[in-house]
Amino acid sequence: MVNLTINGRIVQAKEGEMLLTVLRREKIDVPALCHHDAVEPFGACRLCTVEITKEDWNGHSNYVTSCLYPVEEGLIVSTHSPKVNELRKTILDLFLARHPNSPEVRQLAADYGVLKTSYETVVDGNNCILCGICTRICDAMGFHAISTVGRGHGKEVAPPLHQVPPDCVGCLACAKNCPTHYIEYIFDNNYLTIWDKKFELMTCSRCGKKTITKEFAEYLSKNRDIPISYFEICDECHRKELAATMGQITSWEREA
Amino acid sequence: MYLDNPQQLIDWHDKIIAKQKKIKKKILVCCGPGCLANGAQDIIERFKTVLKEKKISGFTVDALKETGCHGFCEQGPLVVIEPKGLYYTKVKVKDVEDIIEQSIKNDKTIDRLLYNDPQTDKKIEKYQDINFYSHQKKIVLNNLGNINQCNIEDYIANDGYQALSKALTSMSPQRVIDTVTKSGLRGRGGAGFPTGRKWATCRNVESDVHYVICNGDEGDPGAFMDRALMEGDPFSVLEGMTIAAFAVGAKQGYIYVREEYPLAVVNLQKAIEIAHENGLLGDNILGTDFSFNIKISRGAGAFVCGESSALMKSVAGEVGEPRAKYIRSVIKGLYDKPTVLNNVETFANVPIIIRKGASWYNKIGTPKNSGTKAFSLVGKVRNTGLIEVAMGTTLREIIYDIGGGIIDGRPFKAVQTGGPSGGCLPASKLDLPVDFDSLKEAGSMMGSGGMIVMDDRTCMVDVAKYFLGFLVNESCGKCVPCREGLYQLHALTVKVSEGKAEEADLEKMEKLSEMVIIGSLCGLGKSGPNPLLSTIKYFRDEYMAHIRDKRCPAGVCRALITYKITDACTGCMACIAPCPTHAITGKKNERHVLDQKLCTKCGACFAVCRYDAILVS
Repeated sequence: MVNLTINGRIVQAKEGEMLLTVLRREKIDVPALCHHDAVEPFGACRLCTVEITKEDWNGHSNYVTSCLYPVEEGLIVSTHSPKVNELRKTILDLFLARHPNSPEVRQLAADYGVLKTSYETVVDGNNCILCGICTRICDAMGFHAISTVGRGHGKEVAPPLHQVPPDCVGCLACAKNCPTHYIEYIFDNNYLTIWDKKFELMTCSRCGKKTITKEFAEYLSKNRDIPISYFEICDECHRKELAATMGQITSWEREA
Repeated sequence: MYLDNPQQLIDWHDKIIAKQKKIKKKILVCCGPGCLANGAQDIIERFKTVLKEKKISGFTVDALKETGCHGFCEQGPLVVIEPKGLYYTKVKVKDVEDIIEQSIKNDKTIDRLLYNDPQTDKKIEKYQDINFYSHQKKIVLNNLGNINQCNIEDYIANDGYQALSKALTSMSPQRVIDTVTKSGLRGRGGAGFPTGRKWATCRNVESDVHYVICNGDEGDPGAFMDRALMEGDPFSVLEGMTIAAFAVGAKQGYIYVREEYPLAVVNLQKAIEIAHENGLLGDNILGTDFSFNIKISRGAGAFVCGESSALMKSVAGEVGEPRAKYIRSVIKGLYDKPTVLNNVETFANVPIIIRKGASWYNKIGTPKNSGTKAFSLVGKVRNTGLIEVAMGTTLREIIYDIGGGIIDGRPFKAVQTGGPSGGCLPASKLDLPVDFDSLKEAGSMMGSGGMIVMDDRTCMVDVAKYFLGFLVNESCGKCVPCREGLYQLHALTVKVSEGKAEEADLEKMEKLSEMVIIGSLCGLGKSGPNPLLSTIKYFRDEYMAHIRDKRCPAGVCRALITYKITDACTGCMACIAPCPTHAITGKKNERHVLDQKLCTKCGACFAVCRYDAILVS
């Protein structure tokens, strides 16, 4: 265990733990848009930047992203110093210039007192904040179907060569975890369409409801050793079945 | 010749020297990028044909050397006749026969091909006597311009691989590191981190694998030092890397070269193959139990991939995005293994340090900045080219003594060092010694060695706008302060250049710059605002002229200037055809008229007018 001082309070943490994890545990509110517990920290949005120093740094301090900074003994952390607050405001101001139509960005900016951007609004600014959660989750799932494309101000998230992604199985992990709900998908009767790829959905053999895509079921069955028949029944019917089984066991026990 | 033991290297060296002594004259044709672009390859071919036809006794094609960059690109294509050092400039294919007749067969000098000193208006025979060369200190670039690009015999004849042999046979890895540390060598990539300390840290990390990477992703606009080294003296880079690998305990190395340098890739590949064939790379180098391999990794030309962590990702086949370096790459680098990453020029310094010793190297330069630094001297300076000077040489010496001053004798305005991460220094800083610390203190940085000289017709707002625009496209786009912050800074400079900015915008730029610096993830963003901040710092008046007076004093920013035809117009009609919008009309020998409504301010007329009859205001 290591001891660190956060905003004047001494806090204990495990060595090697990331600072943001500690801040969250201590219920200290530090914003972050590119952080997701399921994937490795990324350090892209910079909102979780904090000011750090140590006793022997002779008054010198440094600005680090807490999501990527491993805690150390004697670290003195300031999560809302004037410079840090200014940086957060500037970042949100920049975000607002780029994504003026995103309700999530507007809300967060408003929370920090930025109601209107002081910069030039980017004309073709969409709601993708390039946090990389979708691509990192897709990689973590093992698909690598989408990635960031290009660089600089024109960077975007896209399938390879902007074509229909061959490796996408329609799991929806990207879309469901997108903090600005930018990734579109359409359910239409028997089909799901995402990244311009159309997937046929499995049908629950009990109730006839649509479940996950065939490709996703096959992937899980193959890679996670789950029989494909498991996906032929929807979650709800699985629960019903479980309740019935449990009820039966209880009645047997009663009888016994 | 496969070298089984160090003695064989010495024998081979002596044999080559004996063989080369028989060659009475050498013809060195510069095949650096500048000379090649001006037709050096055709000159080589012509030399070969003429030499074959003429059959001069005691003179074979062996004496013809296709060398790397000789340095004085402005005067290329260059041909040097050694041992005399006879120096021919701006050589054309048709001059080749003459050179052979006059200067090879006989000992005559061809006056028309000699360099004409603009200051004394006298012809100079030997390159050593030309100011451009005499004020330089060539150590790292010494082989360039003197040896055949990919010829290992030439390299060995110039004491090549002796350092490696010395390290492998008589030094421990720790002693190699100590020597490099004592030499005071600092990373030539720009940041100037002590090389010895980097190696020591890497060596001390316990791991089954260590890597050595050479950063050849030279991306600063106007910089070509590393390119010249990789093309012209690839063995020195390989030898330096091999010594580094021995010091840190690496078995695998990578050279990351940008795809825009096709000749560097070809020459390095050739050099690697030759080194393998001769037992200087691969298993059991020089018969010792040290083994090391080098692979070339080609970059697609993303500027950000010159940043160490982005480069390592790119080598590993991932998207070239930097990562936070709270755990440094010497500890956790390529494939999460301890990795030493140095720049091309740094590695090229290593064999010299090992061969000549730390104290010899230490005497060159200044106490905390030992050695030399290569620069590509470009811009509005008379003598553009590749130079190498001792650390601590002043900007004035570089620009005026070596560079020959500003073209057309115009006033010096600023010098930009360090590329997009560096800054612009004004005339008041001309006596600044060029070293890592002084440049940084002045608000610029050493960078990898690009040096762009600007005259009074360069607008500093335009310069800042150019570099910011470059970075907007070349940022990796991962972190917000860099991606969006630099975009907004660029938008603000555009506003200034269009005369639409207010005074408050200047303060806004400075504030945003500070946030970009503290908030960005990697060095690209952290140094990105430097060109802007340094120009605001030293040329605030010029910004104010744009903002307050809506005027561009240098006559560059299109929105704020007008072209006018003055009474000096002779009616020569030279400007009529180049005007893309047909804005200029007039008859021969009559003063021409410029229609302001049609003028797009491209400056084409200004460029062709020989009578200074076009006024920019």
